[in-house]
Amino acid sequence: MSQFTLHVNGQPRTVDVAPDTPLLWVLRDHLDLVGVKFGCGVGQCGACTVHLDGNPGRSCQTPVSAAAGMKITTIEGLSADGSHPLQRAWCELDVAQCGYCQAGQIMSAAALLAGNPHPTDQDIDDAMAGNLCRCATYTRIRAGIHKAAELAASGKVAVR
Amino acid sequence: MSALDAPLDRRSFLRLSALAGGGLVLGFYLKSAPRAGAQDVVKAQNLVDGAFSPNAFVRIAPDGTVTIFSSRPEIGQGIRTSLPMIVAEELDVDWKSVQVVTAPVDPAYGNQSAGGSTSTPQSYTSLRKAGAAARMMMIEAAAQTWGVPASECYAEDGVVHHRDSGRTLPYGQLVARAATLPVPEHIQLKDPNEFKLLGSRVGGVDNPKVVTGAPLFGIDQKLPGMLYAVYTRCPVFGGKVISANLDAVKALPGVKDAFLQEKTAGGVTGLVPGVAILADSTWAAISARTKLEVKWGEGAHANDSWADWTAQAQKLSKGGPKFEVLHHEGDPSRALAGARARVGAAYSYPFISHLNLEPQNTTVSLENGGARVFVPTQNPGAVQGSVAEFLGVPKSKVEVIVTRSGGGFGRRLQPDPSLEAVAIAQKAGAPVKLLWTREDDLQHDHYRPAGFHFLEGGVDGEGKLTAWVHRQVGFDPHYMSGGEDYPANFIPHFHLETAALSNNMPMGPWRAPRSNVHAFVICSFLDELAHAAGKDPVEFNLALLGDKDMVRPSTGRGPGYNAARMRGVVKLVAEKSGWGRKLEKGRGLGLGYYFSHQGYIAEVAEVTVSKDGELKVDRVTAAVDVGSQIVNLSGAENQIQGSIIDGLGTAMFQSLDVAKGRIVQSNLPEYPMIRMPDAPRQIDIHFLKTDYPPTGLGEPALPPLAPAVANAVFAATGKRIRELPFSKTDLSWA
Repeated sequence: MSQFTLHVNGQPRTVDVAPDTPLLWVLRDHLDLVGVKFGCGVGQCGACTVHLDGNPGRSCQTPVSAAAGMKITTIEGLSADGSHPLQRAWCELDVAQCGYCQAGQIMSAAALLAGNPHPTDQDIDDAMAGNLCRCATYTRIRAGIHKAAELAASGKVAVR
Repeated sequence: MSALDAPLDRRSFLRLSALAGGGLVLGFYLKSAPRAGAQDVVKAQNLVDGAFSPNAFVRIAPDGTVTIFSSRPEIGQGIRTSLPMIVAEELDVDWKSVQVVTAPVDPAYGNQSAGGSTSTPQSYTSLRKAGAAARMMMIEAAAQTWGVPASECYAEDGVVHHRDSGRTLPYGQLVARAATLPVPEHIQLKDPNEFKLLGSRVGGVDNPKVVTGAPLFGIDQKLPGMLYAVYTRCPVFGGKVISANLDAVKALPGVKDAFLQEKTAGGVTGLVPGVAILADSTWAAISARTKLEVKWGEGAHANDSWADWTAQAQKLSKGGPKFEVLHHEGDPSRALAGARARVGAAYSYPFISHLNLEPQNTTVSLENGGARVFVPTQNPGAVQGSVAEFLGVPKSKVEVIVTRSGGGFGRRLQPDPSLEAVAIAQKAGAPVKLLWTREDDLQHDHYRPAGFHFLEGGVDGEGKLTAWVHRQVGFDPHYMSGGEDYPANFIPHFHLETAALSNNMPMGPWRAPRSNVHAFVICSFLDELAHAAGKDPVEFNLALLGDKDMVRPSTGRGPGYNAARMRGVVKLVAEKSGWGRKLEKGRGLGLGYYFSHQGYIAEVAEVTVSKDGELKVDRVTAAVDVGSQIVNLSGAENQIQGSIIDGLGTAMFQSLDVAKGRIVQSNLPEYPMIRMPDAPRQIDIHFLKTDYPPTGLGEPALPPLAPAVANAVFAATGKRIRELPFSKTDLSWA
């Protein structure tokens, strides 16, 4: 066991865990941030996506030892009150079915929009191909990203 | 008049009382309608006991807060939103003022399972009555307060109005008086033309929690002092555990205990023997498992293989004594011999897994001589029953807390993960969260059975389908008998027979059981016959559907096959999809249509196949008849869009191989699922409203998709797909 100080959603958090523990399980078991989800454990489903220094990363493939020192943002830290344009668009278009993958979808989409405020369908396909939705809400995820881009462009809410 | 249409029987109200908190609670326990279609969904052991279903549970507090209890599991089908909407519509309250609360698992609620797209048809009328009765009592209470006849009053948005005087009283202020009133014997339902909420687009009640990562799911549960468990099962189905290096595992960091677990009674849904590891974190348990060495007794099925089953099936292609005849009409052999054109074809599909994105899990605390079980399940009654039986306690000692499920698709009708968690907790002496890894989930599922179909068909000189001989070789008798409703009863000379191969695979319902594969076989083969007859497929299929309306199935199962409703959606989808358009080579339109789970759905796929055989589905048009009323338009469309894309992914990619008695694939790299780039960019949905009771949409839009795409591929390329997944067929063309 070793001590690591993580910077999660703007707060320093200290945990005492084995160095090879994936960030996923540190967030879920030790920090009670359960919005990040376990889907496959091999980095293929995207349900565990968080932002590492602003880039989307698979927390199931990121050992805590590698995450220490990075700025980590989870779905719980994407906005203070669920008002990120993607969160608003997801509610407005009723994107989710079971909802299990959606935190990961939103985190991948947030990274896309941060670098590309007006993505095309092709941009979206490319950026989101790493995130599985078993309920297959892809039609609405695509629409939700376009909607969030509109909301952000209208100036009502900012993409962080 | 069906049971659901009968006036409320006063005795059917078991409870009407003022709560301690002063709220009005109306409990409705209506005699259930016959469980039409239930046999399509779950095996007998999974049917929830009790003859009462369904129910509604409304609470109106003195402050006007309206609480509607949701009694069915939310698995992504949107039921936690749609069923309360039905109550709220008749109650006539502002949807924004409604709180939806999960109902406890209680025999009083009758059937609390979510399977077979049955929640809506079983609940629709009784939930309307539940809301309407409460509304009538509010009106009566106001009328008595004002000393006027109830007929002069009406309710709107949670307020009772007196028409002449303009006086108003909000529901909250009427609660005390309403609680003293008798429940009306005859319930006045709204005219559906006056519906304000039903048929509109309403977002899921838990959407704000979903998008902020709130703990909703089974995997998110945490109990004080809880240990984290993983469980390793024998990779060969039916094997035993003999020994393991338990001492070495127990010495690993974070590990609290490790032990062997023997098999218990209960067949495939009983406890599968294995090795449990308990640790102080999920990762410690998963890490320790990589050091686990187990000696298994692999048993009699250690040499089962897909290759062997395929060979056995081929040997049965000509029939024989192993077959059971399910349907026989006319003289099919003679009709085939006299046919103008005769087609023979062999179709097949593999075992597949549900792949719920939230792996199976259960969190359990053994307390007070019983258990508290937190579980993402479609079937809380089965969890309660099997855990009570395992512990040897009455069901009342087993509290099942149903969490949101990260996908259902039929997998979570089975209670096995909960049984494992309880068995492990018994030895742990602490609360336990058992988590299956993705590998556990893929290799120990209750699989959609594979199957082999051998068909012959003949058309006469006028291009009419006159003969159909259909031999099915499968693995689970529950999955056989496709086509008994249709095209049986529509073809004068018809023969259907089935045989099951010996196997020990755990199998179970998978979204639209049976229909999800039989639609592919039947609609693809009908397309072959249409081309053999030289007919346009839409024309050919409409001719086959004939001119009768209701055509009863020969078996007496199910609600009957209504050919008029099917013709309606086939015609509508042809019109809306632009059927008959000339497309260049490499592009094509294909039709699929199927009746399942009481829904009539036709789909047309528009595809592009590149010369090197890459398939892209550009657009899908769906025509949907699920009766007179869509409950939640947003949810309904979401289910159809999802079913279409799920159906496409399943048809394109999904396949499990069996070798040495075990599943070969272990995780996503070997078992690909559809991703966004393969999803059609355009899905157009058209509802055909008919005068039939509303039915569910969790399943019926999936079956028509695979044949629609396969038939479109044929139109585009001349290549006929007869095997799932599509990826096994070379689609390249010149």
